Amino acid sequence: MDNDIVLKVEHLTVNYSRRRGSTEAVSDVSFELRRGEILGLVGESGCGKSTLARAILGITPCSSGTVTHFTRRPQMVFQDPYGSLNPAKSVGWIVEEPLRIFGRYDRAERRRRVEAMLERVGLGTEYYSRRPSELSGGQRQRVGIAAALIVRPQLLIADEAVSALDVTIQAQIIDLLLELQRELNLSYLFISHDLNVVYQLCDRVMVMQSGHIVECADVQQLYSDPQHPYTKKLLKE
Amino acid sequence: MIGFLKKLGAVLVTLLVISLLAFLAFQIIPGDPTAKLLGTEYTPERAEALRESLGLNGSAAARYLSWLGGFVRGDFGTSYSYNQPVAELLSGKIVTTATLSLIAFLMTIIISIPTALLAARRAGGVLDRLLLGGGQVLMSIPPFFTGIIFTWIFGLVLNMFTVGKFVYIYESFWGFVGYLLLPALAIALPKGAMTAKLLRSSLVSEQSRDYVRTAISRGHSPRSALRSHVLRNALLPTITFLAMTLADIVAGSIIIEQVFSIPGLGRMLIASISNRDYPVVQAITVMIAALVVIVNFLADTLCRIIDPRVRLK
Repeated sequence: MDNDIVLKVEHLTVNYSRRRGSTEAVSDVSFELRRGEILGLVGESGCGKSTLARAILGITPCSSGTVTHFTRRPQMVFQDPYGSLNPAKSVGWIVEEPLRIFGRYDRAERRRRVEAMLERVGLGTEYYSRRPSELSGGQRQRVGIAAALIVRPQLLIADEAVSALDVTIQAQIIDLLLELQRELNLSYLFISHDLNVVYQLCDRVMVMQSGHIVECADVQQLYSDPQHPYTKKLLKE
Repeated sequence: MIGFLKKLGAVLVTLLVISLLAFLAFQIIPGDPTAKLLGTEYTPERAEALRESLGLNGSAAARYLSWLGGFVRGDFGTSYSYNQPVAELLSGKIVTTATLSLIAFLMTIIISIPTALLAARRAGGVLDRLLLGGGQVLMSIPPFFTGIIFTWIFGLVLNMFTVGKFVYIYESFWGFVGYLLLPALAIALPKGAMTAKLLRSSLVSEQSRDYVRTAISRGHSPRSALRSHVLRNALLPTITFLAMTLADIVAGSIIIEQVFSIPGLGRMLIASISNRDYPVVQAITVMIAALVVIVNFLADTLCRIIDPRVRLK
């Protein structure tokens, strides 16, 4: 196998069963993600982006096709920084959780790693015992990123990770994601409906329309010379 | 800590108000204890002498205060009809009713939590709907009816116990507990069904929250996410509900004691009300009310421990 590939998706289809028949949320999607690459996934809301992400991590079952991970412990950062953190737990507990699930470290080592990670995402160790309710949206998103990166994954799926934040905070989080990506040689699947953010961040972009990938190209090429009519329409808006 | 002390103060004030109400209730309801006690030997003179000796002639306020003073020191007064200290009269019966309520309460928990977890595992599935339907049926059957059915099946048909032959705790501890199992189950079935329904619905709504999906993406299996995230947050309303249920269970034991001929507080209470034996009735009323208030206080405290957000409010 090619060592440079971290994720391979082949003919992935996800059906949601309804009372009558079923809806195809993701139809026959195939792509590869390379090491250290930031791959953007754009499309309108409801086109199947989130379903694709969840199917890749196995949160939603696939109907057919295959997802092959070449890295261990892929992680995800979610859109809503309010709902995605358990309100009854402390920041330290939340960030430590993946270590408790995967790690072989003892309590003191886990604590050390969590504190180092909190420092790394710009929160500082004083946030260790705070609750999510005491934090702002941007700070919560940093908690989400810290929890995702604590097990040192090589693949991070960011599902609208900056969409709920205001513009200045958005820029800070994007900078943080870029820094971490360079430092740890991470691969991102970056899902967004915001074409400007994708342009700033991504190397390659896939365009999704009602469950299908309609176009996939390098970012410069896609933005300067879109091929598919749907891509042209998106860029015009 | 200050919040805790405030709560504790509120509990004490509530208990005081309850004692006043329990006392006042028997000043207001009609009926004269002397008439009941003297029966056919009633003459106005004898009644007056008896009133004097029972201490019923002072002002209501003075009688309340002396009763309350005695109560605080553990002296609940003397029963009119049994001529025996109330504390002595009730001590054995409290053990019976408390054991019955405790068994019923534990059964309620044991029935409800696994049922709710089972039903919530696949909300809307066949098992979920079966449990929901079964629960609906159980909830609508009153315990005294279940009690009668149990007596008939287990006592008369299967001969597993002798109907009406209560086993006292000093005769045989396990015989005593065994005799209380069926009445406890009769109380626990509808309560367990209600608790399960409540817990199931909070589990289902909590399960669809975003942080549960996040937990699964971090590497939890859906089942371990249910245990480490969902159950704890979904338990809060259930704990509050269970605390209120305990009061219902104690009240339910009073009725079920009649069905199974259990000599507990309930039978004592009913007999004492018709005898106008105020000291006994007041003592039982205050004890049951105190139990309800204290259990609710404990449930609140437990919720604070489980969910620190409750502490912040």
